[in-house]
Amino acid sequence: MKYVDEFRTPELIAKAGKEIRKLADPKRHYRIMEVCGGHTHAIYRFGLKDLLPVNVELIHGPGCPVCVLPMGRIDDGLSLAADPSFIFAAFGDMMRVPGTHGSPLEYKARGMDVRIVYSPADALKLARNNPEKHVIFFAIGFETTAPSTALTLMRAKSEGLHNFSVFCNHVTIIPAIRAILDSPDMRLDGFVGPGHVSTVIGCRPYHWIAKDAGKPVVVSGFEPLDILQSIVMLLRQLRRGEACVENQYKRVVPWEGNRAALRAMAEVFELRPYFEWRGLGFISQSALKIRSSYGEWDSEQRFPVPGVRVTDPKAAQCGEVLKGVLKPAQCKLFGRECTPEQPVGALMVSSEGSCAAYYNYEHRKPVTIANAATA
Amino acid sequence: MCLAIPGKILELNAENPMLALVEVVGVRRNVDLGLLQDEPPVPGDWVLIHVGFAMSKISTADAEDQLRTLTMLGEVEAAMQEVRGYGLENEDRDLSGRGQPS
Repeated sequence: MKYVDEFRTPELIAKAGKEIRKLADPKRHYRIMEVCGGHTHAIYRFGLKDLLPVNVELIHGPGCPVCVLPMGRIDDGLSLAADPSFIFAAFGDMMRVPGTHGSPLEYKARGMDVRIVYSPADALKLARNNPEKHVIFFAIGFETTAPSTALTLMRAKSEGLHNFSVFCNHVTIIPAIRAILDSPDMRLDGFVGPGHVSTVIGCRPYHWIAKDAGKPVVVSGFEPLDILQSIVMLLRQLRRGEACVENQYKRVVPWEGNRAALRAMAEVFELRPYFEWRGLGFISQSALKIRSSYGEWDSEQRFPVPGVRVTDPKAAQCGEVLKGVLKPAQCKLFGRECTPEQPVGALMVSSEGSCAAYYNYEHRKPVTIANAATA
Repeated sequence: MCLAIPGKILELNAENPMLALVEVVGVRRNVDLGLLQDEPPVPGDWVLIHVGFAMSKISTADAEDQLRTLTMLGEVEAAMQEVRGYGLENEDRDLSGRGQPS
């Protein structure tokens, strides 16, 4: 198939790299943030940094849901797991994320009923199949996963299933971008916009970034060529002195997003006044809480939650890395106390975390575009 | 969790049209179509799946493209593990009272 083959062609990659070199003004230093953790993973995996001139720098953004979740939330969720009548269900990504007294997996090893689910719908099924237990689904994710949680809650309500609730940690990407732009130590020239979040929210919510903040945004796919093309599109805008929102990932992202998904989210969730992000601190209206009309299915409205606040381990510099102030390898713990096998911070846990991505690809063995295709 | 997995719709569930049997690289599982209710897919359509829910309809070429992206990212195993993990299958089989689709 020609369409598919085009993306494989190394000549096109080389051409995009050449175009980037041509467009980048040698007198300028460009700082471009890829917001999404999936892009961070791809950038390291394909060694895309090596294809860019030194004055085009990629800054890794906050778009890894596991990484931005503060430890206190994990402790709060796990505090409920101690009750033997509860089942604590979460995605596999969460299982090795350290809380103060261990990760969910370590809680499981201590005999607590902790289960991996691959879908919120499966957590609901656990509740149906275990009527004597209460199932808590520890929900994380941006707008990509929030609609699925919303629909699951709507199902629980319509079925009148009362032994199920959601410990909601869903966050929204736009306020995080705003916080980064407001941060005084952060100078950025443009954004590679998230691909799959945008299938839900569409491209309109990014308009203010272009219009008010004057920074170009290009919503991008995940292939090496997608990302390079997005950088080309950003540099073209910057060269023309323009700032607008463009959609490089048209084949998957509709401009208006997914209305049914947005409706489900609006039915079930409202904005929290503020929410703590690891590394970024408290950001107003940056996370979702379950509406009181679904309060029966909200773990936090239904059960006493301690509301723990934990500062990250002092030596770990997750916050600075998350904000793009430090590169992963500049953290004192990187590759020594903190590795993907023994993570201290969440950025080392998820494959979308910049520390894990850096450790696996940059630090160990480089994967070139040529051999990645056959990997 | 943030993987977008391409799957082909094989058949809609007779009892619950918001569920569909989907094939992902040879693995068959039920996924939820509730988030595509504005333009419900039909058998033969390709969808992108996140955490057990179809999130968008895509073309055949885009599906192959996405599968290759996952391969290149070294995430096909993770995607297969996720799809195999979807637990809606048995229950839905019981509901529909049918075995493997033709």
